[in-house]
Amino acid sequence: MTLTSPAAPAVVAETVEPPRRRRRSENRLTPGRALTYTVLVVGVIVWILPFAWMLLGSVKTQREILQRPPTWWPQEFTWENFGAWFGQLNFGQFFGNSIVVALFTVLGNLVFCSMVGYALAKMDFPGKKALFLVVMVTLMVPGVVTFVPLFVMVSSLGLVDTYAALILPFVTTPLGVFLMRQFMLGIPDPLLEAARIDGAGELRIFARIVMPLCGPPLATLGILTFLASWNNFLWPLVAAQTEAKYTLPVALSLYSTGQNATDYGLLLAGSVLVIAPIILLFVFLQRYFIQGIASTGLK
Amino acid sequence: MTQAVVGATGRAPAPGRARAGGGSSRRRRQGWVAWGFALPFVAVFAIFMVVPIVGSFAMSFTDFTARDIRSPFSVNFVGLEQYAGVLGDPVFLTSLGVTATFVVVGIPVTMALALALALALNASKGRIVSVLRAGFYAPVVTSIVAVAVVWRYILQPEGLLNSALAIIGIQGPDWLNDTRTALPSLIAMAVWRNVGTLMVIFLAGLQAIPTDVKEAALMDGASSWRRLTSVTLPLLRPTLLLGAVLISVGFLQFFEEAFVMTQGGPLNSTLSVAYYTFKQFGFGQYGTASAASYLLFLAIALLSLVQFRVLRSKD
Repeated sequence: MTLTSPAAPAVVAETVEPPRRRRRSENRLTPGRALTYTVLVVGVIVWILPFAWMLLGSVKTQREILQRPPTWWPQEFTWENFGAWFGQLNFGQFFGNSIVVALFTVLGNLVFCSMVGYALAKMDFPGKKALFLVVMVTLMVPGVVTFVPLFVMVSSLGLVDTYAALILPFVTTPLGVFLMRQFMLGIPDPLLEAARIDGAGELRIFARIVMPLCGPPLATLGILTFLASWNNFLWPLVAAQTEAKYTLPVALSLYSTGQNATDYGLLLAGSVLVIAPIILLFVFLQRYFIQGIASTGLK
Repeated sequence: MTQAVVGATGRAPAPGRARAGGGSSRRRRQGWVAWGFALPFVAVFAIFMVVPIVGSFAMSFTDFTARDIRSPFSVNFVGLEQYAGVLGDPVFLTSLGVTATFVVVGIPVTMALALALALALNASKGRIVSVLRAGFYAPVVTSIVAVAVVWRYILQPEGLLNSALAIIGIQGPDWLNDTRTALPSLIAMAVWRNVGTLMVIFLAGLQAIPTDVKEAALMDGASSWRRLTSVTLPLLRPTLLLGAVLISVGFLQFFEEAFVMTQGGPLNSTLSVAYYTFKQFGFGQYGTASAASYLLFLAIALLSLVQFRVLRSKD
């Protein structure tokens, strides 16, 4: 429960700047402040240098990549590395798999977590406290604990190398339940009461009244689970066993450990392709990403 | 509070329904409806989360191997043998040392850097803040597999880093293939990947500190260092605790960096506990893997407990 303590401040900080904050002394560019800015700017350049290096390397020719000392700006631009991914390496298949898995994972989380969240927040039923406790306790369990039995179970169910195996273990995020429940607790009961008096059933109240109010936590949960699914690779590496089911990170990790391990042009282009969709999302939805992280502390 | 409200609901008669049922049948009905809402989640959650957690615990007391998948109930109960075997395995002890080093070095560095960045960003103004924040945060959202490719490329013997070092006359090592530099390289990478998360959390905490408290300290003539140590940091304590717990849970599970960068080598110098578990799984030694994973779980739970105790003590 401590996990969400900074939730409210984060949201507040994002939207409303405290008004009377501007003191003259805070606006002046003192030497100390100039130094801070310089350090921050140099720091951020170092921080994003690997991305720049990745992007530049992805358009260099194999010859230039092997050149010593390395060139900074490509002498000659080539699309060969990307071409290889779109040509013989079946990028479309991997990308499609990643998208399918991520979308169903997000959808599952949004539906399952909000339904159980609604029950936990707005209804009284036997076993409610126990259910909530069990869900919260699993937040602490490291992924490596469930890994082995999960694989045993998926194998015995005959689900290895299916989309189900890639999706189902990730559609019930405990954190999502917590997020949805906390938000729904804040929905005023009289609103739901009024609907009940008008004769609306619980399902209708949930779909027509509660869900439309839950935009913010749904956005956060959607982004967090999309991100987790898109970047997930260890489980898919084990659960997907043919190219037809490889997600992008799986394909990239297999290529980067096999005979192509030093074909950096190809691998860097692959990395760009894995990262680009997320960076695009990040640029447009930065606010939600950062709210999400601040309110849950989940990567 | 919720219960009281729901209780009131039970008493309020809805039109079109028999009054005779009274509160208890209405409540029973609501119980069914509630479980109906919970059911889809509960079913999937039970199968893919609860059963594996319990199963792993059960497996750690058996000699379960990959061959037993088809007949999981024919395995033998071996008591604490798996645990004894794991704790007596020199490779496991090495992995303990690796994870401990990773945690003991990585966490303070990440926390300190994230706090410094958060304080600096909190004191800054304008559009540049969100640009800087996005820059430091970018590694958090990107795939470890993709990032590993470019890090290996930078750290290779004649890569970007060593070329830069050569300019100032330093002959850099083969970072990832030298037992002395492999783990520090991975720690650096983990710091790079995790600072953004903590920075954002700390920044949120800093922004929640009421301005008048800071201004009061300023009026009293407190120096900026004094304001930091006597006002800001104590008020930030809950946020620091949250950050510490989150990052330790993550760092204790150290695995992915090593898996994609060094495969645990050279000479097991980057083989962490989680990696050891994964390797046992790969060998088909499921019982051993489960025992090792529960030892890790225990360590995570204990460390979280200690952190809560230490950081909460002054409240």
